Amino acid sequence: MKIKATWLLFIFAAITLLTGCEPLMVLNPKGPQAQTQADVILLSIAIMSFIVIVVFAILIYMLVKYRASKQADDYEPPHIEGHPVVEGIIVGIPILIVIVLSVISVRSNYLVEATPEGYEDEEPLVVYAQSSNWKWHFSYPEEGIETVNYLYIPTDRALEFKLYSSGPITSFWIPQLGGQKYAMSDMVTTLHLAAEAPGEYMGRNANFSGEGFAENTFNVNAVTPDEFDEWVDEVKETADPITEEKYQELLEPGHLGQLTFSSTHLEFSPPPEGEHGGHNHGNSPNEKDMDMHGESDGHKHSDEESHHH
Amino acid sequence: MDFFDRFAIPHPSPVIYAAMVAITLTVIAIVAGITYTKKWGYLWREWLTTVDHKRIGMMYLVSALLMLFRGGADAIMMRAQTALPENTLLDSQHYNEIFTTHGVVMIIFMAMAFIMALMNFVVPLQIGARDVAFPRLNALSFWLYFWGAMLFNISFVIGGSPDAGWTSYFPLAGNEFSQSVGTNYYMIAIQIAGLGTLITGINFIVTILKMRAPGMTLMKMPMFTWSALITNLIIAFAFPVLTVALAMGTMDRLFGTNFFTTTNGGMDMLWANLFWVWGHPEVYILILPAFGIYSEIIPTFARRNLYGYKSMVASIVLISVLSFVVWVHHFFTMGQGAMVNSIFSITTMAIAIPTGIKIFNWLFTLWKGKITITVPMLYSIGFIPIFTIGGVTGVMLGMSAADYQYHNTMFLVAHFHLVIIPGVVFAMLAGLTYWWPKMFGFMLNERIGKWAFWFISIGTCVAFFPMFISGLDGQARRMYTYSEATGFGIWNMLSFAGALMLAAGFVLIVYNIYYSTRYASRDISSDPWDARSLEWATHTPVPDYNFAITPQVDSSEAFWDSKKNGHTLYKGKYKEIHMPSNSGVPFIMSAIFFVFGFAMVFSIWILAIVALLGIFACLIHRSFEQDHGYHIPVEEIKETEETLGGAKQ
Repeated sequence: MKIKATWLLFIFAAITLLTGCEPLMVLNPKGPQAQTQADVILLSIAIMSFIVIVVFAILIYMLVKYRASKQADDYEPPHIEGHPVVEGIIVGIPILIVIVLSVISVRSNYLVEATPEGYEDEEPLVVYAQSSNWKWHFSYPEEGIETVNYLYIPTDRALEFKLYSSGPITSFWIPQLGGQKYAMSDMVTTLHLAAEAPGEYMGRNANFSGEGFAENTFNVNAVTPDEFDEWVDEVKETADPITEEKYQELLEPGHLGQLTFSSTHLEFSPPPEGEHGGHNHGNSPNEKDMDMHGESDGHKHSDEESHHH
Repeated sequence: MDFFDRFAIPHPSPVIYAAMVAITLTVIAIVAGITYTKKWGYLWREWLTTVDHKRIGMMYLVSALLMLFRGGADAIMMRAQTALPENTLLDSQHYNEIFTTHGVVMIIFMAMAFIMALMNFVVPLQIGARDVAFPRLNALSFWLYFWGAMLFNISFVIGGSPDAGWTSYFPLAGNEFSQSVGTNYYMIAIQIAGLGTLITGINFIVTILKMRAPGMTLMKMPMFTWSALITNLIIAFAFPVLTVALAMGTMDRLFGTNFFTTTNGGMDMLWANLFWVWGHPEVYILILPAFGIYSEIIPTFARRNLYGYKSMVASIVLISVLSFVVWVHHFFTMGQGAMVNSIFSITTMAIAIPTGIKIFNWLFTLWKGKITITVPMLYSIGFIPIFTIGGVTGVMLGMSAADYQYHNTMFLVAHFHLVIIPGVVFAMLAGLTYWWPKMFGFMLNERIGKWAFWFISIGTCVAFFPMFISGLDGQARRMYTYSEATGFGIWNMLSFAGALMLAAGFVLIVYNIYYSTRYASRDISSDPWDARSLEWATHTPVPDYNFAITPQVDSSEAFWDSKKNGHTLYKGKYKEIHMPSNSGVPFIMSAIFFVFGFAMVFSIWILAIVALLGIFACLIHRSFEQDHGYHIPVEEIKETEETLGGAKQ
């Protein structure tokens, strides 16, 4: 009984903590994607708590009831094989729980991997986020501006982050807007986010990337769409354009403060997508059969066409 | 880089210099001690050349405990560094090396060695065999592991430790971003130890399939043997993937190939995939033997047979199959999209089903039992609640959309420690205490053992529960420091306190070994726990040949039946016993592997070629060697049996 009371106290303390005045970042979402994830997390905590309580209860019951000290000295426990009904239950209930969780999981997967719900009709704001040791470079191709180590984003608009890295694998993460995704140097990954409340949010690289990893963070300023436009105009007026030399200098390993440019590096240093992708094997444009470098075409083809490669 | 520069530590600190001095002094002390007591001959004849599975098991055990303290020291330093915000105890580079070696040492050199120790000692006894199928290969397995571990452990005083995480993702682990030789150590030392593991896998599959006592069908094997069989099958399928991945990584680093680079057609994702195609089954290589141990201990101390034997077997088999189809859940965030993530999310959560069956079967084994709480039982009982919490958080991590928030955070760290510590470490400590009397002929002190249990189990909760909270609050893993404004301080301080309690628990275990060695009674029966399986049916200490007469079996609890139901284990008379001879070749060959590995780490090609020739010379020697073993005559068996307290006939 003492253990049970302690356990209840623990749950109570945990709930107070989770819902207390200073909510945990992941459970304090400021956008639809983070909201979806927080909902899944809280729901799964509830279901899992049920399982944990059942296991604890059975364990305590068995330990209390079947202690040797509670039984006659000559008591010999019986030989019991498994019982089909009991085993049916202990297989059946977990299967049901896993099915429920699978449905939730698949549904939420498609939600977080798409433009946030309710924003499908609008053009998303595209931002290229490139990591280098140990900085983040944010290029706004439509606006033609670039920042280092900080983001300005409009609220109530879909955001499409195009992630890549010029070094080790990193992971772009703004916990209050949504979960993370890897940035790699040989391809571009896409992360769909949106912010629904203005404010300053913490963003960081979550994937270990060497010596300067711990400080590999950036600030996110979510502002109203009007303020965002003002900020863009201001940057265009006041900041200098980024040059190729300046960009190469910024890539050097180390930490930098916040920087602002009135052009992007995407023009002279394209991201690894399409023909610049790490796994592009260089199709010549006049070649009709686009799938020629697939091994599945068999030897006959590849012998004949090998001079193309 | 200048030739000699490579041997220097890239980031020296007073602690490392102190460690260098300490290591040198310890080595000198050990060598001097052995020389002074004239034990070189004993050491060579009885241990270095032994092919006896019991002695090999004990050597694995000692190595595993040593590695536990090495990995534990790393853990304490990590927790101490992060206990306070902006702490300057360690710098970033030092911290990175420490969490890398903590992971590698704990998984590859501690946990693996611990399960090898118990499998080696117990499995042949449990199936009524005289030894494993290939005793000399078994010695080779151990020595490859041992020298691989030694190679890995010298890294922090010669050339620098690996610093790219125990996962060593490329391109971070490539030459461009990891310029010291650290990652070479990682690639080559794990390769050498991994070869040993692969050989063990094959050895034990053959042993269990071919050498069981008459009457012991597959479905009458004790559960630990079942788990060992399936574990070794996983080893045989998973370790070749690691071998290939490490070979490719080594070639990228040493010979400029482009398997995992990000240019010239290399693919960094390929490493992540290969690593986890091995890495996830590896988790089950560790946990299944642990499940086997609990399945031995819980029935023994509930004084009842294991509930649901068939579903236990089925669930191990199912877990082993599923373990190969979940690897993508280690990188849901790599951008493979909703479809792929959904598939791997479902396979991942599906593992909870067979695991749940096992938990409930253990609980129902207690039903109508007569439970006595000994130290092994205490670990088994403590395992269930903590492992359940670790397990259900694993299901939470398996929900891939939510995993985008848990991934790379302290939440993940909390999850896998709360699975591995109760799942593997508790099981090893339970198994150690349980089989200790069979190994060494005396029992560990129960009182000190219980104190150690409480320190370790409460320490585990205090160290890892706060990480769930700091993870959900945005603390990424592997950060050497954080600012005070983040508010992570309190949780990390709690973790540090828990880590200290864990450390105290392990110190108590060592003290217990010392105390019991000194004071425990040697006058114990060969079956002190009133246990159920065949390893308790022979003498303590176990004679070289294990069983004078091969036991006859007709249930999964043959020894219990012989005690309670009048089953006769030993029929017939003593016959001459054929035994394998000792050999120094496994030790010598593995030591040459160490030299080869060292030469490769530092690209000293001449030495590498010479060492390689030495390895081939050992192989050729073995091929032409005439060794038919030796026979123990009936007279000698009789004599041994009598001195051990009466023949078991």
